[in-house]
Amino acid sequence: MTTQDEIIEAQQVPLSRRGFLELMGKSVACAGVVAGAVGAGSAIGATQSGNGKHAYQQNDQQFAEAVNDPPKIPEYNWNDHQWAMGVDTTRCIGCLRCMEACKMENSVQMDANHHRTWVERYVYLEGSDTALVDSQADPQNIAFAGSETKFRFDNRYKDKKVDKAFFVAKLCNQCEHPSCVEVCPTGATFKSKDGPVLIDTTYCIGCQYCVQACPYGARSFNESRGTAEKCNWCYHRITKGLNPACVEVCPTGSRIFGDRNDPDSPVSVFIRNNHVQVLKPEMGNAPNVFYVGLDKEVV
Amino acid sequence: MQHVFEHVTPYIGYVYPNETDLPWSQLIVIYPYITGLVAGAFVVSSLDHVFNIKGFAPISRFALLTALCFMIFAPSPLLFHLGQPTRAFNAVITPHWSSAMAAFGYVAGFYLCLLVLETWFAFRSDIVAMSKARTGILGKVYGWLTLGSDDVSERALAIDHKVARILSMIGIPAACGLHGYVGFVFGSLKSREWWSSDLMPVIFLLSAAASGVGLLIVLYVIVSKFRKTPIIDETMRGLLYVLFSGIAIVMVIEGLEILEMFYKQREGVEMVRKLIEGPIWAGMLIQWAMSVFVLVVTSALLIFDVHGKRLVNWLFMCGLAIMLGVLAMRWNVVIGGQELSKTMKGLLTFTPELFGRESLFTVLMISICPFLVLWGVAKFLPPWNDGTAAGNTVLDAH
Repeated sequence: MTTQDEIIEAQQVPLSRRGFLELMGKSVACAGVVAGAVGAGSAIGATQSGNGKHAYQQNDQQFAEAVNDPPKIPEYNWNDHQWAMGVDTTRCIGCLRCMEACKMENSVQMDANHHRTWVERYVYLEGSDTALVDSQADPQNIAFAGSETKFRFDNRYKDKKVDKAFFVAKLCNQCEHPSCVEVCPTGATFKSKDGPVLIDTTYCIGCQYCVQACPYGARSFNESRGTAEKCNWCYHRITKGLNPACVEVCPTGSRIFGDRNDPDSPVSVFIRNNHVQVLKPEMGNAPNVFYVGLDKEVV
Repeated sequence: MQHVFEHVTPYIGYVYPNETDLPWSQLIVIYPYITGLVAGAFVVSSLDHVFNIKGFAPISRFALLTALCFMIFAPSPLLFHLGQPTRAFNAVITPHWSSAMAAFGYVAGFYLCLLVLETWFAFRSDIVAMSKARTGILGKVYGWLTLGSDDVSERALAIDHKVARILSMIGIPAACGLHGYVGFVFGSLKSREWWSSDLMPVIFLLSAAASGVGLLIVLYVIVSKFRKTPIIDETMRGLLYVLFSGIAIVMVIEGLEILEMFYKQREGVEMVRKLIEGPIWAGMLIQWAMSVFVLVVTSALLIFDVHGKRLVNWLFMCGLAIMLGVLAMRWNVVIGGQELSKTMKGLLTFTPELFGRESLFTVLMISICPFLVLWGVAKFLPPWNDGTAAGNTVLDAH
């Protein structure tokens, strides 16, 4: 029995999130094997269960278990880390594997209105001084892909003369001064010592004030759970020494993650070696996602 | 369950993908509207209680009951809106003080207690009288409501009056605080250009006062017709003065806010213009048309020194107009603010649902409740000082 087979055996279908990601990672090397194992080349096209979730995502019972009995991480001390993210927009090809991985990993609602991360496409047509912007959630892109759960950009500019075009990945900025934490009436959302802004979903009352307050539109509302949702840089992964799912699957290394307390971590090197910018600095939120290659049109 | 709260909204331009699920629906439109009516009604009741303006005496106790009945239902739109309504008290048990919303439970709770207390003191002599006059269960209920205090000597009534007056005095800043605070909940958010304004609390407060006065005018006229009692000219003139002052200041400040936005011409001002011309044009038209109507009519009523039946008819129309205008204003602020994308590159167009948990039907139900309760409470504790009530009033004791 190969290692691959053992994994599949152990996970059983539906696969756990981690199992799926391991498979995703391995699928680069042996896509055929994975295709045979899960019945599809990727999450795209995976069977949808009755409650609108994909087979790979947590079901409500699993979610409840995870919430009531969170896994202990004995080795981890949040005082020792200061996580940060870098986004090199010049490397992003808009393949949207990050979006897909995020939706799978974090059981994000599988529709076009709820995202923890997304990618924006900026296109300057010849002679224009302003960019045309869209994201995967654009109805035209969804019509092109044929489904809200297939993450693709359409080819709408193929007959146009494009001056300049680029992609910008967006996610929660895990701000130093997060507006969402400031406005939360119960303290259910809070800034952790190691950087990410987290939500206690057992305490959130679902008022959505945080959704309003985030200048970056990074928060959404989980209607079936009645609580707020946001990117937490895959806190369950980074506390075990893994990369966030979006970083893990990015084929071009456009997303960089690491510990700023470690001067040799990828993100520390990225910040040191580049002129980095943050989104909407005028808001005073002091984001912790650092960008290279932003443009005046980026919102 | 999935779609109970979901309000997927079509858009033009570019909006952040999460924005298409509008967070705050029409329930959050009527929440500030209802608290606004409370604040306005309370101010009218205190004009007699505190400032002793006799013109308002005939309706001051009715105004107090109106404020109380609307205040009881003020938090209900919020409860219907919460994703986890059973956890609502988390915000009270463990308030996160940096949040503008955390104080809501305390502010609203304090104000409700104040209203209940003031009502008790204002009606105590009536309650005592009715506990003696009525028999059966109702008599017992009145008996309990006296809380064992059935002293209606002149000295006791004087104390009642004094306490009610002090409570009313505390109530004025509390009412202003309650509503200015609601404005702050919106105005303090830097993420939304349409809300982020220092003038927001003032606008909310003043329009609240105006709408509350409007509500009282409408209710007073209707109730008087039903009770076949004369509408007192002095009271109507008093309400006219308050309404005129309110609408004049509100219009100036609302105008200033929009003027500032366009004069500063910050990034995205073009989208603000499109918002006004697009998704909220009807709301803006109603808001400003009603405001202008009220301003013109109240000015004319003052200039031509109108009294009697004509005053009643025109002021009644003004009352309705201001209530509609302020409701439109609440819509324009709450929904309009969310229809203008945080990207400042796109606009959403929200269409309310007719049925469902957060729907127009819910709004209708919640809006009817205060009127029904007011009808019941006004039967139980007749607020009119025209001799039809069983006991005589404390407030006329002086």
